[in-house]
Amino acid sequence: MSLSDSDLARLARLARLRLDPAAGDALKSQLTGILHLIEELQAVDTQGIEPLAQSPHLQLRLREDRVTETDRRADFQAIAPQVENGLYLVPRVVE
Amino acid sequence: MNLAHTSLRQLAAALRAKTLSSRELAQSYLDRIARMDPQLNSFITLDAPRTLAAADAADVRIAQGDTGPLTGIPIAHKDIFCANGWLTTCGSKMLSNFVAPYDAHVIEQFHAAGSPLLGKTNMDEFAMGSSNETSYFGPVKNPWDLAAVPGGSSGGSAAAVAARLTPAATGTDTGGSIRQPASLCGISGIKPTYGRVSRYGMIAYASSLDQGGVLAPSAEDLALVLNTMVGFDARDSTCLERPAEDFTAGLDKPLAGLRIGLPREYFSDGVSADVANAIEAALKEYERLGATRVDISLPNTKLSVPVYYVLAPAEASSNLSRFDGVRYGYRAKDYGDLTDLYERSRAEGFGPEVKRRILTGTYVLSKGYYDAYYLQAQRVRRLILDDFQQAFTRCDVIMGPSSPTVAFNIGEKTSDPIQMYLSDIFTISVNLAGLPGLSIPVGFGAQQRPVGLQLIGDYFSEAHLLNIAHQYQQATDWHAQSPALAKA
Amino acid sequence: MEWETVIGLETHTQLRTLSKIFSGASTAFGAQPNAQASAVDIALPGVLPVMNRAAVEHAIRFGLAVGATVAARSIFARKNYFYPDLPKGYQISQYEIPVVLGGAVRVTLEGVERSIQLTRAHLEEDAGKSLHEDFHGLSGIDLNRAGTPLLEIVTEPDMRSAAEAVAYARALHRLVMWIGICDGNMQEGSFRCDANVSVRPRGQKEYGTRCEIKNLNSFRFMEKAIEFEVRRQIALIEEGGTVVQETRLYDADRDETRPMRSKEDAQDYRYFPDPDLLPLVIDAQWVERVRAALPELPDAMAQRFQSVLGLSAYDAGVITASRPLAQYFEALLQNPKLGSRASGSDPEALYLDPKLCANWLCGELSAALHRENLEVEHSRITPGQLSGLLVRIQDGTISGKTAKEVFEALWQEGGEADAIIEAKGLRQISDDGALEKIVDQLIAENAVQVAEYRSGKDKVFGFFVGRAMKASGGRANPIQLNDILKKKLAP
Repeated sequence: MSLSDSDLARLARLARLRLDPAAGDALKSQLTGILHLIEELQAVDTQGIEPLAQSPHLQLRLREDRVTETDRRADFQAIAPQVENGLYLVPRVVE
Repeated sequence: MNLAHTSLRQLAAALRAKTLSSRELAQSYLDRIARMDPQLNSFITLDAPRTLAAADAADVRIAQGDTGPLTGIPIAHKDIFCANGWLTTCGSKMLSNFVAPYDAHVIEQFHAAGSPLLGKTNMDEFAMGSSNETSYFGPVKNPWDLAAVPGGSSGGSAAAVAARLTPAATGTDTGGSIRQPASLCGISGIKPTYGRVSRYGMIAYASSLDQGGVLAPSAEDLALVLNTMVGFDARDSTCLERPAEDFTAGLDKPLAGLRIGLPREYFSDGVSADVANAIEAALKEYERLGATRVDISLPNTKLSVPVYYVLAPAEASSNLSRFDGVRYGYRAKDYGDLTDLYERSRAEGFGPEVKRRILTGTYVLSKGYYDAYYLQAQRVRRLILDDFQQAFTRCDVIMGPSSPTVAFNIGEKTSDPIQMYLSDIFTISVNLAGLPGLSIPVGFGAQQRPVGLQLIGDYFSEAHLLNIAHQYQQATDWHAQSPALAKA
Repeated sequence: MEWETVIGLETHTQLRTLSKIFSGASTAFGAQPNAQASAVDIALPGVLPVMNRAAVEHAIRFGLAVGATVAARSIFARKNYFYPDLPKGYQISQYEIPVVLGGAVRVTLEGVERSIQLTRAHLEEDAGKSLHEDFHGLSGIDLNRAGTPLLEIVTEPDMRSAAEAVAYARALHRLVMWIGICDGNMQEGSFRCDANVSVRPRGQKEYGTRCEIKNLNSFRFMEKAIEFEVRRQIALIEEGGTVVQETRLYDADRDETRPMRSKEDAQDYRYFPDPDLLPLVIDAQWVERVRAALPELPDAMAQRFQSVLGLSAYDAGVITASRPLAQYFEALLQNPKLGSRASGSDPEALYLDPKLCANWLCGELSAALHRENLEVEHSRITPGQLSGLLVRIQDGTISGKTAKEVFEALWQEGGEADAIIEAKGLRQISDDGALEKIVDQLIAENAVQVAEYRSGKDKVFGFFVGRAMKASGGRANPIQLNDILKKKLAP
């Protein structure tokens, strides 16, 4: 399976990556190569096999409902690109 | 005393005996780094005043008799671990301005042990790479041969340990990122069972596979550092709550009767002859130590690479969405609307390999492909796990090469991602199963570049793996050898 | 053509917890912007989610309350999309296997009871807020709300009118507050509904194309928004157009829905199991512990009030509108001076008349609360104080009319009903001798009326009652007075 320009554009849009048009063809052929690599999996018979998402020796641990965090806004916003009155600023969000 | 060539145990003894101060030790390493690292590029960030202040604090603790095995011993950390007040870049332009406002659990553990942070080591960008060539801060060179890669993604840590610029270093291993560079740099490295080391504060690449670990000259050093690094942390839901274990306690057990499983898939024609020869010699040594060989099969080994290149990019594509130029990290200089801010910041902040993996991950999770790729990969992941569980009914440890070849040249594989991916064929399946793995140096191959032997154990068998490695290192001295550069 | 409306609701209920679903940051409303946005909530590199046990327990509680299946094993998934109020670039939610499956909520509309089927309820995290004012054309992001635990409750497309949708939403609102999992505060966004609305020709089996309406932050707006949307869709189809599946926002100022621009591009959320969180396992013992601690539910309680206490369906419904009201009512019944309903040899004599309690609760007390805009739990008269008053009505110490005066005094000044009755001399005159004296005097002074009554003019009886009451200062026990008058006036 090879990747079309529109496939690549759709993926880039979903991933919020602006692609350099000059690098488009090289990227397309590299990704096509990767898709070939992972296509090997299609040939494997996995009928009746339960998907494994995580190491099997783990169990979810729950935390008690307690407030443990203090206000660290000043520290966190010292490394932010743009803040005002305690808010992170971004170009206007349209709803 | 040649500090740079002294084991951790001996350094600790000298510190306790006060024949050596932590400040002297830290200073000597900082001096070596200043002298040698310009050739290697193994560190991204150094902060001598901060390191020395921590060394002074350690000296106070030692004076008060408050000492543990690592008190006063400086250790370098992979730049994937957040350290409060330290630049923490993850090898990326995206985080090239990110001063972490908190400590990773691993960093807290070393801090509590009184180990000064020596510096932050170079790495493949977001741990994506097998050669350290994807770092925004430039490639790292292999101390054994400056034309060669050190491996990756913990390439800076491996090179720094090999050149004896640090007594030990932390790393992370998602598909081989500790074992492969340890192998290529002629040092020892361990990736513990998934869940042993907290991932809190360790910048995520592929969450179900990432695990922190250690790189050091010897297995004994690994055991000492692992004692500090392993520990329960409630802030990581996948971190295991287990009784404390002393990984040094069983190092001296004899190996008589040890059953070594040799997967035929690890000894195929895909392994270069020089590597095969060094591995065979190491196995003979193990036989002399009383071990026996068992032929086993891990039939799905070859599939581990495609499984990994579905699952790891899928998780990564999601993990890396938080880097959007809004709350921290790189923001593009010029942008229009919100989407433009995202797209430009991410396009400019991420390098090509990271983008490839994000796009691959986006693809395999997207509508219409999820079942065929992502779910199918998870099913094959279970087949790979089943292979190991089958194998461990017949053997105590699995051995094989850590990497099919010795270190390749810088630039040799950068244009062909697939070739690069295949260099992790023997390490990836261990992460997919969540098992512990270890690499030790067992000789040299072509161009006098090091060869590593991989040891794979069942869950929680780290102490046994370290024992098996240590016994070998008691009988041989490959681990004590260092590159010419390190002797300067 | 005759059209049928089809509505399904998705309700985001903020779960009542101290800390967030995946972090130890406070969920308290109204803090300074981002003061409650912890490292996990702002998604610093390297941080990880840890699930809040209380949020899971709330989900179990809800599942049991609606008769649903609580999944023994459910999965957290990541829903991937970019938005500045979503710091990780994904929302942790449940997708394929939610924690609660099925169940139903009973609603009564115009006296007819119906059961609205639920599809599922799943745990997820809330997003932050974007503020658009005062930032020179930029938006400000406040992440305090990010990570607040939500239970998203999804119905089947089971409702057929805006009124029915509102009835369901009200019933659900009452229920989640009743079982203590949500504070129900709609102004603060603790209970937010989205409606999926479509229309189809009556009789057609297939559903029409639906639109999702967001921002329905009051029951009134919900009704108006759905009604508008139904009108819009019908008009569109009748003019030959087709409904486009989209997300629309309700604008209360203009009373209309309009498409949301930010949701325009076709979404592909790329859900996958969150590798940071293992499957949520809920064992049977946990479910049973929660079941044992579950309060009597409103429907069951209303039934009991009717069958055991003899209340009307209407009164039972009003009293079970909220749990604090129902608790007030039950406390009222348990007057210590009388003993509880369960004890004593003659139960009828030992407890307050439930109808009397219901009348006072729904009447005088509700009016007083309403006047001062108070919730029943903040009432200025406690159940104990009020029952102290009602006891005196029941035992004839005071009349209902006098009781209102005592109630006012209790409300304004506090204290005990008995003390007020004594201090103001409001005790009913139930002494036969005193009443006879009043009646004898009346008969003596009003010979004409006595003659009229005795000649058969029954109406004149009222004249004597009025005069006697006046003479007693309103304190005459009306029943006794009646008896004495009848006896003495008898020819």
